[in-house]
Amino acid sequence: MTPLQAIVRPALVLGLFTLVATALLAVTDRYTRGPIAAAERAALLRTLNRLIPAGAHDNDLLADTLTLPPSPALGTRRPTTAYRARRRGRVETVAFTAVAPDGYNGDIVLLVAVHRDGRLAGVGVVSHRETPGLGDAIEASRGPWIRQFTGRALGDPPPARWAVKKDGGAFDQLTGATISPRAVVKAVKRALAWFARHREMLLAEDGATRVPADRHDPRRP
Amino acid sequence: MQDYKDIFRNGLWAQNPGLAQLLGLCPLLAVTGSVINGLGLGLATAMVLVASNATVSLVRHLVPQEVRIPVFVLVIAAFVTVVELLMHAYLYDLYKVLGIFVPLIVTNCIIIGRAEAYASRHRLDRAVLDGLAMGLGFTAVLVVLGAMRELLGQGTLLANAQFLLGDWARDLKLTVIPDYRGFLLAILPPGAFLGLGLLVALKNYIDGRRAPRHAQVVRPEPRPVS
Repeated sequence: MTPLQAIVRPALVLGLFTLVATALLAVTDRYTRGPIAAAERAALLRTLNRLIPAGAHDNDLLADTLTLPPSPALGTRRPTTAYRARRRGRVETVAFTAVAPDGYNGDIVLLVAVHRDGRLAGVGVVSHRETPGLGDAIEASRGPWIRQFTGRALGDPPPARWAVKKDGGAFDQLTGATISPRAVVKAVKRALAWFARHREMLLAEDGATRVPADRHDPRRP
Repeated sequence: MQDYKDIFRNGLWAQNPGLAQLLGLCPLLAVTGSVINGLGLGLATAMVLVASNATVSLVRHLVPQEVRIPVFVLVIAAFVTVVELLMHAYLYDLYKVLGIFVPLIVTNCIIIGRAEAYASRHRLDRAVLDGLAMGLGFTAVLVVLGAMRELLGQGTLLANAQFLLGDWARDLKLTVIPDYRGFLLAILPPGAFLGLGLLVALKNYIDGRRAPRHAQVVRPEPRPVS
């Protein structure tokens, strides 16, 4: 083997393997793209239906969406999607993302569903990194804690009592974990206040699909 | 035949990746919070191991010495990505729970270790069996450690079996200790280290008791540096 061959042959072999591997991945991607999108949709719909029962609306939740801009009031740093549940065209419930930035271990991402009268249809935890066995009881699958929000509104309890009991509020904390519940209560309260400010826009029956950025946010300079 | 038996004995016991070679400890410790998580990642790893061992064995005369490691890495990364896409499509909930540890199978040194130390020097049939034996050995450790931690930590076994097996498996969940308050240490990372330590100790104890009677020496295989 000449020196040139000694260089060229390994390079060609490596190139050939790269080509075959890329082809394999391209084929797999092609055949899994549909099923992956379907699985994502099904999972999202399951999460939504836990808050808004399938019987409570007559539209396709995943098709009737609004794009929300990033909002400090909601704790979101990227555009998020809101889902509208309608009955005979009237928006009955809106579900949107709110983030509690002050969990024990970073962001707690919530899905908050609010009825048109401002009462909570429910709150769901989408993702979190709270301590397993303690803070993770905020998840619906690990305990009833998150259900205490259902039916509450901004004035019920009064604003001063939107806190965990340890802080003089109306909401239970969890055994051994105060930080995670405190973060969630605060985030839900902020989400309800945001809903009240944007109520008109969110409940509009026409085809508006974007909500303008927050203007009167108290935390913005 | 004797060969095949040895391959399985090595993978499942004598050279077990988790208990003897102590390879791939990061996923082993991270996902063993429950039986199903351990089983899911174990099977995914075993699939990659069989496929990569088979491929490496098939091309072992084709690949020049200088580029064999890049080629092995390429082969392994491709198979891991395929497994990841398949899990994302068909085992969505499990994929979400295992999260980053599915793509991280690429970095599991058992896989490159078996490619380099075994598959690149043996026939296809042996390489495939070796991948299967090592993969099952690794899975077994993940499942046993997952069972220990789930039982001690939450008092259940096979919780969330539907993530891996579909909806019918919801009822597989065994509540071994009713009204259990949970034992946090077992669920948190220290529980994984302690559990693995106990399993390694148990294996050494059993080997130590058997050694004088059989007096058989297991020839150590070249161990990959990683």
